[in-house]
Amino acid sequence: MRRFLVLLPPFAWLLALVAAPVAILAGIALSQGAPGVPPFLPPVSLAAGWQGTLENILTLVQDGYYAGSFLRSLVVAGVSAALCLGLAYPVALGIAAAREGWRVPLLAMVLLPFWTGFLPRLGAWIGLLRDGGWVNGVLTGLGVTAGPLPLLYSDAAMYLGMVHAYLPFAVLPLTATLLRRDLAVEEAAADLGASPWVVFRTVTLPLSLPGAAAAFLLVFIPAAGEFVIPELLGPPEALLVGRVLWAEFFQNRDWPLAAALAVALLVLLIAPIRLFQRLDEGGSRRGASPPSRVGGTAADGRRPGVLR
Amino acid sequence: MRRIGLVLGLAFLWLPILLLVGYAFSADRIPFQWGGFSLRWFRALAANGRMLEAAWLSLRIAAGAATLAVLLGGMAGWVLARHGRFRGRALFGALAGAPLVLPEVVTGLSLLLLFVVLQGAAEAAFGWQLGRGATTVLLAHATLGLAYVAVVVQARLAGLDPALEEAAADLGAAPFTVFRTVTLPLIAPALVAGWLLAFTLSLDDVVVASFVSGPAGTTLPMLVFSQLRVGLTPEINALAAVILALAGLLLGLAAVILGRNGRGGARAG
Repeated sequence: MRRFLVLLPPFAWLLALVAAPVAILAGIALSQGAPGVPPFLPPVSLAAGWQGTLENILTLVQDGYYAGSFLRSLVVAGVSAALCLGLAYPVALGIAAAREGWRVPLLAMVLLPFWTGFLPRLGAWIGLLRDGGWVNGVLTGLGVTAGPLPLLYSDAAMYLGMVHAYLPFAVLPLTATLLRRDLAVEEAAADLGASPWVVFRTVTLPLSLPGAAAAFLLVFIPAAGEFVIPELLGPPEALLVGRVLWAEFFQNRDWPLAAALAVALLVLLIAPIRLFQRLDEGGSRRGASPPSRVGGTAADGRRPGVLR
Repeated sequence: MRRIGLVLGLAFLWLPILLLVGYAFSADRIPFQWGGFSLRWFRALAANGRMLEAAWLSLRIAAGAATLAVLLGGMAGWVLARHGRFRGRALFGALAGAPLVLPEVVTGLSLLLLFVVLQGAAEAAFGWQLGRGATTVLLAHATLGLAYVAVVVQARLAGLDPALEEAAADLGAAPFTVFRTVTLPLIAPALVAGWLLAFTLSLDDVVVASFVSGPAGTTLPMLVFSQLRVGLTPEINALAAVILALAGLLLGLAAVILGRNGRGGARAG
């Protein structure tokens, strides 16, 4: 009885505000647009029976405009995740190599920008990248460029914003994996004469792959549906799914098509999401295992706890 | 070598933020241009009625959503950590995890459609004219926050030493007394951290709020976003400085509370 009382409120809430909305979304993706408020006919009604249509789904497949936006989004998400991973490795290695008392403050330094707000950080890039802005001033001042480059509203600005926003997501799982690794293996490789780079390439990198995969997906998944960053920093022609969906909904008031876009985005992301969840479960199970199985020294047992 | 990478990474993360805050004290009308020290943009911000109104609305929504999220997410975390197997557990886990991985535009659109359908039903059945605004944003943000709180609380419960609760029960404490005097104090840091996480998520969200809000519910991020679409203004610099100062204060406070609790927990364990 007591169990039921604890289970009921969150379960009812999740059914009403997570399950039901997704079901309605799928239903409206199959409905016809109609003038009025709300601007669609329900796919099934008591009076008319089935009045749904597959037209919206077909439009997504046939019209190159929509298919192109999905392709662009996947490319942008993939490139953003790869850039984040490339920058996250040196940061995570630096944190993992730091003395024990330094690790938590350093991780806090990586995570703190989260608390300064997402929009102000994008605002900073708008100010820094505009024609008379800081970055152009430095480039011209150093004599690298003759005049201001059109940096703002470009692909470069969009990727800069993506990496700046999502880098902490990538550093966290990577640091967790690197802290959990057995340093004796690397020491053995070094003792046997491997150079630091060879040790990294043949030992550290392969050992950190699960964390790297989690880091990649943790950036890729939200980046694929990102709306705000391409809207504020990207070029007008960077029509990603998030922006196209937004425009269909707010400007064209085509709710069924917007719903179909959302459903298609969800279907595309199911595989990466499932993969991430499996990596995540594996990671926490490894983290929960006793220290003797993870590594040799007593300090190893405390390392995963650093991140909790 | 490793230090250089770390320093460069942290500089990349922090330099734009620090410059943004520093130039908030510049008198120049153009952002990121130094025109001498001045507090004029802070005064302009304090006199900006729309901005203050939106900030007050956002703070109330965030506090309400975070509180609801801690209550519901705490229960959800408890169910995930302690209920073992039950019918519907897989569905429960999937639903509790979904807001963490769904793209914002999908969450926003699907919740809006739910609210529209409910509005239609309420009008057809009872003749009620329900609007959208602060309440719908609060419900949406509580749902997002619930998922994050559940993860934090579940992890904390899974890390607890079962001997502590068993000892209390062996000494004759009733189940609720064990929960109130042993379990709750031990998971309090997770509840505080979860509340802060849900609070900042709500204060930071522009996409979900834009979908589910109505004409009377313009939150601070919605207002800032509409201004940034045109360009950066020095008032936003000043706003960022204020947010950073408040966030630093709040985090310092949380670190003190959590630090004290963490040490207590370590001693108990």
